Amino acid sequence: MAESTEIRTGVVAEPKKPESEKEPIFGKKEKILITDPLLDNNPITIQVLGVCSALAVTSLVYPSLVMAVAVVFVTAFSSLFTSLMRNIIPKPVRLIVQLVIIATLVTLVNEALKVLAFPVYKQLSVYIGLIITNCIVMGRLEAFAMANKPWRSFLDGVGNGLGYGLILVAVGVVRELFGKGSLFAGSPIAMNIIGPSNDTTQYWINTAADSGVGTWFGWYANNNLMVLPAAAMFVIAVFIWIQRSYNTKLVDAS
Amino acid sequence: MGEFLNIFIKSAFIENMVLAYFLGMCSFLAVSKTLSTATGLGLAVIFVLGITMPINWVINELVLIPAELEFLRFILFIAVIASTVQLVEMLVEKFSPGLYAALGIFLPLITVNCAILGGSLFMVSREYNLTESIAFGLGGGFGWFLAIIALAAIRERIRYSNVPPAMRGLGMAFLITGLMGIAFLSLTGIDPAVFAGWSETVAE
Repeated sequence: MAESTEIRTGVVAEPKKPESEKEPIFGKKEKILITDPLLDNNPITIQVLGVCSALAVTSLVYPSLVMAVAVVFVTAFSSLFTSLMRNIIPKPVRLIVQLVIIATLVTLVNEALKVLAFPVYKQLSVYIGLIITNCIVMGRLEAFAMANKPWRSFLDGVGNGLGYGLILVAVGVVRELFGKGSLFAGSPIAMNIIGPSNDTTQYWINTAADSGVGTWFGWYANNNLMVLPAAAMFVIAVFIWIQRSYNTKLVDAS
Repeated sequence: MGEFLNIFIKSAFIENMVLAYFLGMCSFLAVSKTLSTATGLGLAVIFVLGITMPINWVINELVLIPAELEFLRFILFIAVIASTVQLVEMLVEKFSPGLYAALGIFLPLITVNCAILGGSLFMVSREYNLTESIAFGLGGGFGWFLAIIALAAIRERIRYSNVPPAMRGLGMAFLITGLMGIAFLSLTGIDPAVFAGWSETVAE
């Protein structure tokens, strides 16, 4: 039971070790910090943190990918800086200090995106700013970085950012593939997967009636429901369903 | 007055923060297990949103834009929100210890409720004036309050249903929210001002 609560909350107490004992830089414990949030302690499907942006930006894969990279950057470095300062931050004002750290990093990301990838920046609009209030960042700072050493906190930040990004991109793939028939639209490696080809766009699976596979796939049409934000809810619900069917330990008892 | 009501109704129902823009999902999903805590959190959100929106409007219009310091917007907005939440926390602790215990970690987490910061950022991008931003804050908060109460009531009922084990709790909450979002989609494009005769032209 104790083990399962530890998985749920993700709070791992720092082991007390004698000073002389040498800690490996990337040992088993460090590896767990990265791999655990990917599935068994995923920020979105298990911890229910950071859902807002997961819904709003995932209608296409490319913006979700950019968002995921931005979040990994912010979680990793905010954890690092908070952990470095953890002993000098006074308890009552810790939330404000953490928020200032996060807001500074997000401002950096915002300005960088404006320069490097303006079309995506326009597409993400307020959601880049909303990384500040993305509960994963704050949640990990409170639960982990305030009580752990910098390097471990950094890895925990990277792991949780990746776990978040994994779900984000997975939802993006499902929604774009079934909603628009393409993948990575808007990026340099845009792919058109399924749909009726015409003079301007060629699809890998051509569903136009006069093509070879068209006689078999002529019935296929894009699912417009997938483009709506609500579809992200259904896709994540299905992910939760699959994950909890395999790992029955995660089932909600109440 | 007409304009105020127009934006209030629009932001509460037609452009509902949770069900149309999916802002403030974390606490929306996590605190909606029982009706009483949901009500408390909803009221706190109305309060915080109603106070921070005009303050942020003043900071944005009178300090940031004249001084050309727009890149500091995130930091200043979040500082205003964090201090307001701290204030609310102290008030709730003093006047309603029961609610304080029930809300637990989610009271400080209102700070990181996307609906609050998202509201302020939408206010900037839509170029609202002071009255409009007050209406938007109160209306948005009211819409959030209604949505969380609706979800909490549904979740209390669904406890008596035979849900597949893996979908219990969180999974069903996601599905219900998705369905509610689709229901609210049918309201898009309605302009309350035209209905009530406050304005003659159809706003875009």
